[in-house]
Amino acid sequence: MPANNKKRRGCIVKQQLAGDEPVKLGIVVLEGPYQHEAADTAYNFAVAALEKGHEIFRIFFYHDGVNNATRLMVPPQDDRHIQQRWSELAEKHNLDLVVCVAAAQRRGIMDEEEQKRHGKDANNIAPGFRISGLGQLIEAGIQCDRLVFFGD
Amino acid sequence: MSEVKNFLYVNRKAPHGTIYALESLEVVLIGAAFEQDVALAFLDDGVFQLVKGWDTSELGVKNFQPAYTALGDYDISKIYVERESLEERGLSEDDLLELTYEDEDDDWAEKSSIRIVSREEMAQIMRDADVILSF
Amino acid sequence: MALLHTVNKSPYQCNTLESCLEHVGEGDVVLLIEDGVYAAVKGGKAAEMIARAQGVKICALSADVKARGLADKLVDGVEVVDYGGFVDLVTETDKTQAWL
Repeated sequence: MPANNKKRRGCIVKQQLAGDEPVKLGIVVLEGPYQHEAADTAYNFAVAALEKGHEIFRIFFYHDGVNNATRLMVPPQDDRHIQQRWSELAEKHNLDLVVCVAAAQRRGIMDEEEQKRHGKDANNIAPGFRISGLGQLIEAGIQCDRLVFFGD
Repeated sequence: MSEVKNFLYVNRKAPHGTIYALESLEVVLIGAAFEQDVALAFLDDGVFQLVKGWDTSELGVKNFQPAYTALGDYDISKIYVERESLEERGLSEDDLLELTYEDEDDDWAEKSSIRIVSREEMAQIMRDADVILSF
Repeated sequence: MALLHTVNKSPYQCNTLESCLEHVGEGDVVLLIEDGVYAAVKGGKAAEMIARAQGVKICALSADVKARGLADKLVDGVEVVDYGGFVDLVTETDKTQAWL
């Protein structure tokens, strides 16, 4: 399949990494909390990556993954609190947790701005998360050394 | 100098039963603005997304099939469809949407974006990508 | 060029692992995670699929193996890795493909 070289604006960068170099990672969470294991695997992966000294450029929440971002979650006290641990991880490591606006609108995850824009009587986004466009996912694909998807 | 990567969107799921087909298409359309080298791969049940003639009126959901037809307008000209996946599901190229793009290197001639590839070719297409997006 | 493939579904539920193994290349790694670890249970039909995969390394995520009580039930030749090992697989291969 010949590449359409005339459209390429810049260098084609191949992902050759030296061992032990910190790697810039993008993580994509595609499923909601508790329903699927994706949110757990993604979180545990993120923790391990940070422990190894890698950089997490962004964690992007799409499809039902946006439901990780509700602050109204009240899971049983003897089990993990999926939203809270995302928020705490983000605060501790200054992570960028991005919730896709289109997916969030479909599923009723709102920040104050979205609440006002759509005339809703409440918002529910948790600390550490921000709502933004799908371009943030594409940007992660461009900027990161590795983009890892966790879904169904 | 800005970086251009090969983005490959892998589609393995049928439409309607779940939202993955629709929402992954939305990523493709938004992503088209970023001027990366984009290709779409349809294999396994993903090939069902391209079966023409959807009528969603009785189901009562939005018919998003026109979004596939619009891909050519977004400069997406590489749509790889796995032959074995089609055959295993009783489908042929005749069952699929006609997806086209205008080739600016050939006087804007209208050409088919769909390329039927073998499983082996699909594996190589996956290896050649820089970023593989799966939904 | 080596790819890391992640498979998170039981092979008895759907064809994800089968499809993945039909697209792997020499030197690739397949990491079984979540319900995907059931493929590595000794004596299961899927274990035959794994044994037939030539030139590909098969790994299983320890947290998922242990959570499902499978630690002593895995077929030989499957390397069990922890999340740190998962991270290493991601960074040491050229790219990761999630089979979803």
